[in-house]
Amino acid sequence: MDPYRIDARGLSCPQPVMLVERALTAGKIPLDVIVDEPVAQENVMRLVTKRGFRSEITDEGPWVVIHVVA
Amino acid sequence: MGICVACMERDIAGALGLHRVPTVQYLRPEIMGLVLGAFIAALLTGEYRSRGGSSPVVRFFLGCFAMVGALVFLGCPWRAILRLAGGDGNALVGLFGLTVGIGVGVWFLKRGYSLGRSMPRPYGGGWILPAFMAFLLILLIGRVSFSPGGPIFFSRVGPGASHAPLLVSLGAGLVIGGLAQRSRFCTMGAIRDMILIRDPHLISGVGAMLLAAWVTNILLGQFRPGFTGQPIAHTDVLWNFLGMVLAGLAFVLAGGCPGRQLFLSGEGDMDAAIFVWGMIVGAALAHNFNTVSSPAGVSPFGPLAVLVGLIFCLVIGMTQRDRP
Repeated sequence: MDPYRIDARGLSCPQPVMLVERALTAGKIPLDVIVDEPVAQENVMRLVTKRGFRSEITDEGPWVVIHVVA
Repeated sequence: MGICVACMERDIAGALGLHRVPTVQYLRPEIMGLVLGAFIAALLTGEYRSRGGSSPVVRFFLGCFAMVGALVFLGCPWRAILRLAGGDGNALVGLFGLTVGIGVGVWFLKRGYSLGRSMPRPYGGGWILPAFMAFLLILLIGRVSFSPGGPIFFSRVGPGASHAPLLVSLGAGLVIGGLAQRSRFCTMGAIRDMILIRDPHLISGVGAMLLAAWVTNILLGQFRPGFTGQPIAHTDVLWNFLGMVLAGLAFVLAGGCPGRQLFLSGEGDMDAAIFVWGMIVGAALAHNFNTVSSPAGVSPFGPLAVLVGLIFCLVIGMTQRDRP
C-alpha cells in the first residue's frame, strides 16, 4: 500500500504536527511526512512516538522524509 | 525586571526615536543578545536557514497588535510569568487572558488557518535582522547621537533608566538566546500544545522559568503577593484580561511568542523578523496613539485599540487559509 503523503515543508508551527495528528487519527498508516525544519522533525517524531507508532528517517538533503509505520 | 520582550522592544523603539516618551527609551542589549545568541547557536549547529515569504504584511500587523495588547496589560507572556513569580496577582488575570486568546487561535488552526508556506531563500536574507541587532549594539556601546537632542535616546529617569550593566544584559541575552534556540522555548507554544495535542514538552520550560524566578525572588526578598502596588502593573481586570487575549491570539496566528520570534529571526526566519519589526513599530504607534496603560490604569485609547486588534485578528483568523 502506498504511504499517505504529507508535505509539511515551510509550514508554521504547529501545522506539521496538526496534519500528522489528523492523519494518524484517521488511520492513514503507512504515512510519509516531508519536513524541512529540525523543529518540525522533532515535533512530528515526538508525536508519532507518543501515539505508539514507529518512524524512520530518509535524509534527502534540503528536507527529510519521516516514514511512519505501525 | 528580568526580560520582558514587549517592554524591551518598546524601549528600543523609544531609543530610536520612533516614540518620544522620555521614560522608556533604551537600546536593550537583552533583545540584541536574544537574537544574536540564537543566530550563533543556529550557525554553529547548522540550523541557520534563510527562509521567508509567508504573508509578511499580515505578520507585521499581527506583531503590531500583539504589542498593543501587551502594552495594555503591561507585559508580554515572559513578563506575565515573571510578575506572577513576584507575587503579582494581576498576572493571573493576564495569563488567563493569554490562555483564552491562545484557545481562540487554536480554534482557527483547527479550521484550517494558515499563512502559507515559507520558502527557502538565498543565504544572506536571514542575516539582515541579526546584522541590524549588531548595529544597534554598536549604537548602544558608542552612545551614538545623530543630531543634537536627537536619537539615540537614553532615558534618564523611569523604567528606561533602569537597566543592568551592559555586559550582564548582553551576556544574559546571548546565553538565553542560544539555549532557547536549541530548546525551542516558546511560552505561547507551551499553552497552545497543551490545548491542541496535550503535549507538555514546552510547558516544562515555562514551569522551569516560573520556578527559577520564584525561588530567586524568595531568596532576594522580592516576593510580595497581592494585587495593588505591584511594580509597573495596574489592577483593571477586564483590560488586563482582554489585552492578553489579543496578544495570545496574535501570537498563535503568527506561530510564536515574542521571544520565539526573536530566536527564529536569529535562525534566518525572515517572517519572524517581520513580526519582530511589527512589534517594535506597534510599540511606537501604541505610545504615539496613547493606547499604553500605566500603573494608574488603562489609557484613553487602549481599550479601543484592543477591540480593533481583536477584530483584525478574528478577520485574519477566518480568512487566511490555504486553498485545498
